[in-house]
Amino acid sequence: MPLIETDELSRIYDLGGGNVVRALERASVNINRGEFVAVMGPSGSGKSTFMNVLGCLDRQTSGIYRLDKIDVRDMSRDELARIRNKKLGFVFQGFNLLPRTSALENIELPLLYQNLPDTERKERAFVALTAMGLAGWEKHHPAQLSGGQQQRVAIARALVNNAPLILADEPTGNLDTKTSSEIMNLLVKLNEEKNITIVLVTHEQDIAAYSKRIIRFLDGRVVSDEALKKA
Amino acid sequence: MINLAATFKISLRALRVNKMRSALTMLGIIIGVGAVIAMLAVGTGAGNQITSQMETMGSNLLIVFPGSVTTGGLRMGGGTQSTLTGADAEAIKREIPNVAEAVPLLNGASQIVAGNQNWATAVYGASPGILVVRDWLLTEGRIFTDQEVKNAAKVCVLGQTVVSNLFGEMAPLGQVVRIKKLPFTVIGVLAVKGEDMLGRDQDDVVYIPIATAQRKIFGTGGLPDMIRTIMVKMKRMEDLAPAEKQITELLKQRHRLGTNQELDFNVRNLTQMMNATQQTIQVITLLLGAIASVSMLVGGIGIMNIMLVSVTERTREIGIRMAVGARAWDIRLQFIIEALTLSLIGGLIGIAAGVVTAKIISSFADWPTIVSPFSVIFAFGFSGLIGIFFGFYPAYKASLLNPIDALRYE
Repeated sequence: MPLIETDELSRIYDLGGGNVVRALERASVNINRGEFVAVMGPSGSGKSTFMNVLGCLDRQTSGIYRLDKIDVRDMSRDELARIRNKKLGFVFQGFNLLPRTSALENIELPLLYQNLPDTERKERAFVALTAMGLAGWEKHHPAQLSGGQQQRVAIARALVNNAPLILADEPTGNLDTKTSSEIMNLLVKLNEEKNITIVLVTHEQDIAAYSKRIIRFLDGRVVSDEALKKA
Repeated sequence: MINLAATFKISLRALRVNKMRSALTMLGIIIGVGAVIAMLAVGTGAGNQITSQMETMGSNLLIVFPGSVTTGGLRMGGGTQSTLTGADAEAIKREIPNVAEAVPLLNGASQIVAGNQNWATAVYGASPGILVVRDWLLTEGRIFTDQEVKNAAKVCVLGQTVVSNLFGEMAPLGQVVRIKKLPFTVIGVLAVKGEDMLGRDQDDVVYIPIATAQRKIFGTGGLPDMIRTIMVKMKRMEDLAPAEKQITELLKQRHRLGTNQELDFNVRNLTQMMNATQQTIQVITLLLGAIASVSMLVGGIGIMNIMLVSVTERTREIGIRMAVGARAWDIRLQFIIEALTLSLIGGLIGIAAGVVTAKIISSFADWPTIVSPFSVIFAFGFSGLIGIFFGFYPAYKASLLNPIDALRYE
């Protein structure tokens, strides 16, 4: 059953003066629940635009995008925010944690925009934090955490709302090799044990190798889409 | 809807990060609120002082003055005519309903001598009702009796200023003082009343029976029962307006004035005068408050300025919040609450500053200041409104950010 369905999805930027950038052109991709997909391509290939549309941070110019069978095309900004809040978790290259805010409060953030009692919010954030092996670090601010720890806080934040889908945009871009493989193993574990669908943007082949399927973009188009045979 | 308590915590943290900036921004509101509180306190204090001074005249009073003399086309001004008589005062007391007391007065300045001391003071001839009319008490002795008035007895009641100038520490009761060379026995001493609204010392006074004043001290210029004014005290405030008309009618009849003839007296309503003064002071107080409120507006602009800077600085934070599901109003509320926190904390400090300023003013200028609960509520509420009003635009701007651009913002 597809969690993500796109049909001829296009995103065209009109820069004015007849200057048009076709960042994404007629991409049709289906991703099922429980898949672990790597989206690859050189910079400017449209993979980030694709991710932004999948993440309901941007809107397509034409085509159809259904997330969990919901067509998001005509949704208002607030409705899109609701979708991000309930169904999506983001993991970014630059971690994107709030500075001067404790790890626990960073993880709580998505729940802050749901009507939850204080105690439940704290409890769920604490569970997510512990699941990421960060017990004991809940009071630390991002600046007091290593890159790997920060990314684990970000993953915990993506998990805390029990979203079925995590969108990871170059999650290991700022990390050393050892930490990168730690983070990737964590994502693999989440995918396998909790059946969380993961879409990962990367330009590194060895990072993409953690996934089960690779979709390649070039000049805004999907050029290949193949399942990875695990050894 | 966003969790308010958690948002408030976030605001406090954001404000703590830039302590100096927050403090300076608040300063605008602090000065504004402080000025409003202090100005209203000065105004309220002035109003109360004037009211209490006017009340020393006595409450629910009507005063009947003689009219003006017209000789050969020249009108000589109020009080130049001697038209009122003791009988008029008695008639008012007898015939007008709800009169508590009506007292005839005949006064003049005179030197008063006791032993080797002397003092120039105001001497009033009056009837015993004067104490009731002026809500005045005696510290010792008694007021003269009706019998003493009838007999034109040479007795007097002294005000505190006269007592201290003539007798110092000595007991005045039973002593003899001389007014225009006539010996008067001191039978009573009045309680301290203080200054009236024009700053005149009301205790610098001597009361003697009206008949004594008429016959032995001032003379009446051929009119045997002439007096200067009549003070009328009504039982209730509501009686003043009807009584004013009734007294006018009564005196018109008694003075045999036709409908088209000019009145040879006029009736003043002190309470009306007091209300008019009160209203003037209220207007001035509100004006001062309004001027001070302008500085609160300036403080509000400061808040808006700093909130705009804050929104720009925290673009990335806004992007993160939007990415994890903050809706437009969640973002708006966060910044509005931040602005509100700034202005309300500023408001609280400003109230303290205003109260202190009011105290300083009252101790330096010797002027009573009263911080009314109204002014505190008004200033605090107004600072809150300012926070919301000037916080709204930056908050609105923040909510319009595009999440992708905001997330990429460096």
